[in-house]
Amino acid sequence: MASFARFIRLTLSGLAFLLVISMAGPCGAQQINPTASSVNEQQLLQEFDRIQGRVSIPDQRSGILIQPAGREWREFRDLTLRWIGGITILGMLAVLIIFYLSRGMVRLESGRSGRTIVRFNSFERFVHWMTATCFIVLAISGLNITFGRPLLLPLIGHEAFSDWSQWAKYAHNFLSFPFTIGVVLIFLMWIAGNIPNKVDVDWLKRGGGLVGHDHPRAYRFNAGQKAIYWIVVIGGGLVAATGYALMFPFYLSGIEGMQLAQIVHSIVAMLFIAAMLAHIYIGTIGMEGAFEAMGSGTVDVNWAREHHALWLEEQNARTSPRPQPSASAAE
Amino acid sequence: MARMKFLCDADRCIECNACVTACKNEHEVPWGINRRRVVTINDGKPGERSVSMACMHCTDAPCAAVCPVNCIYTTADGVVLHSKDLCIGCGYCFYACPFGAPQYPKVGNFGSRGKMDKCTYCAGGPEADGSREEYEKYGANRLAEGKLPLCAEMCSTKSLLAGDGEIIAQIYKERVMKRGYGSGAWGWKTAYRETIES
Repeated sequence: MASFARFIRLTLSGLAFLLVISMAGPCGAQQINPTASSVNEQQLLQEFDRIQGRVSIPDQRSGILIQPAGREWREFRDLTLRWIGGITILGMLAVLIIFYLSRGMVRLESGRSGRTIVRFNSFERFVHWMTATCFIVLAISGLNITFGRPLLLPLIGHEAFSDWSQWAKYAHNFLSFPFTIGVVLIFLMWIAGNIPNKVDVDWLKRGGGLVGHDHPRAYRFNAGQKAIYWIVVIGGGLVAATGYALMFPFYLSGIEGMQLAQIVHSIVAMLFIAAMLAHIYIGTIGMEGAFEAMGSGTVDVNWAREHHALWLEEQNARTSPRPQPSASAAE
Repeated sequence: MARMKFLCDADRCIECNACVTACKNEHEVPWGINRRRVVTINDGKPGERSVSMACMHCTDAPCAAVCPVNCIYTTADGVVLHSKDLCIGCGYCFYACPFGAPQYPKVGNFGSRGKMDKCTYCAGGPEADGSREEYEKYGANRLAEGKLPLCAEMCSTKSLLAGDGEIIAQIYKERVMKRGYGSGAWGWKTAYRETIES
């Protein structure tokens, strides 16, 4: 009898098990739309500006599926930047030519005294020219990336233009290092003379003496030179930082960060080039006796008196007890 | 002339990565470069979809527009190709591309990225069709042999379609009609500025 009771128990529990299975199984086979809950391209793009997912390959950056922002960047690179560059650089050149034709070279009004005073020592000149040479190569190779294709490529053909651009790119990448060192050294060695002060306000009010025969007083650096200093330090710092972000892709940001870096890099570079054209002008054909400061490192005492009267007084006070400029500086 | 396009039917892609493997093998793609990849969105969640993506061979391709040395061109079939002899590895195409297609063999190597590499739609490069130089630089030229890209040919679920844009759009529309749903042609709006109405 015990075996019969066990048989009943087993059968009942078996039936109960089957009932549970059948209840937990698929409930009906009605038509469902699997896309109703699925991700949607347009919705994702509106929400996040880009579509991202998971990839099983090691290159995790390829997990970004679609990122349409490149289109706006393309607009900037092909159109906006060319206008910005064209207007600032050609505009600056035009202003300088008009200024030169109307004003001419700023002459040394009291003539040369024959005595000179040291303005920049050899280390300062070395740093200046290292930075300047790098800047010129960087500027030309950079302008080639923006303007080479429409202007130079049709003239020299595909092969020659690619060869030149390849070398220009290498030069651009490698000379960025001495350029950056130069900017840092310039920042450190001339910071003392470049803090804006009250004298600059007067200098600026009188237009720096660019027009007419005015000679507003200035210490070692006048307001114009201070402006150039800060353009070099801030502009140079910005182009260096953004440039390295582009040279080492993905170290700092994804593609969108690199697009932004390129925008900042190129706009600052265009403005920088325009500012440097003005700097080169006033340091060469724009002013008599100015080039010597960075050339031989010494300037005529009369030049110093006309353009940097307060600096000359400072130097004289330091080198000799007499109020008059001594001949010791020329020795 | 046909206008070649890719179309990935995300409702059929099972993320098997056969297209990725087929591409790598067919073209002997350098280590570290993936001309095609499969991205899974919302992985493991309801509504997850996988999409196989490579160069979409865009209409009015942004990469070609921004290239400083003009080394990227569109063929009569609408395929976007480039010359590795002219490429200077500047990275501009890679900033402009919405699909992450251009890649460089030397990422992060002091900015000397090497020559850009991307999907050629199995159509080689500017060298003579089927030549050794072409194969070494760009991989096989199946299009010149009258064959379609291997990724799409190999696709186990026929999710990835390659061929004339109008024909593959038609195939996709018919599928959507028959099964009653479709999540659309991923990337078409960005690449071709059109979608498939279904």
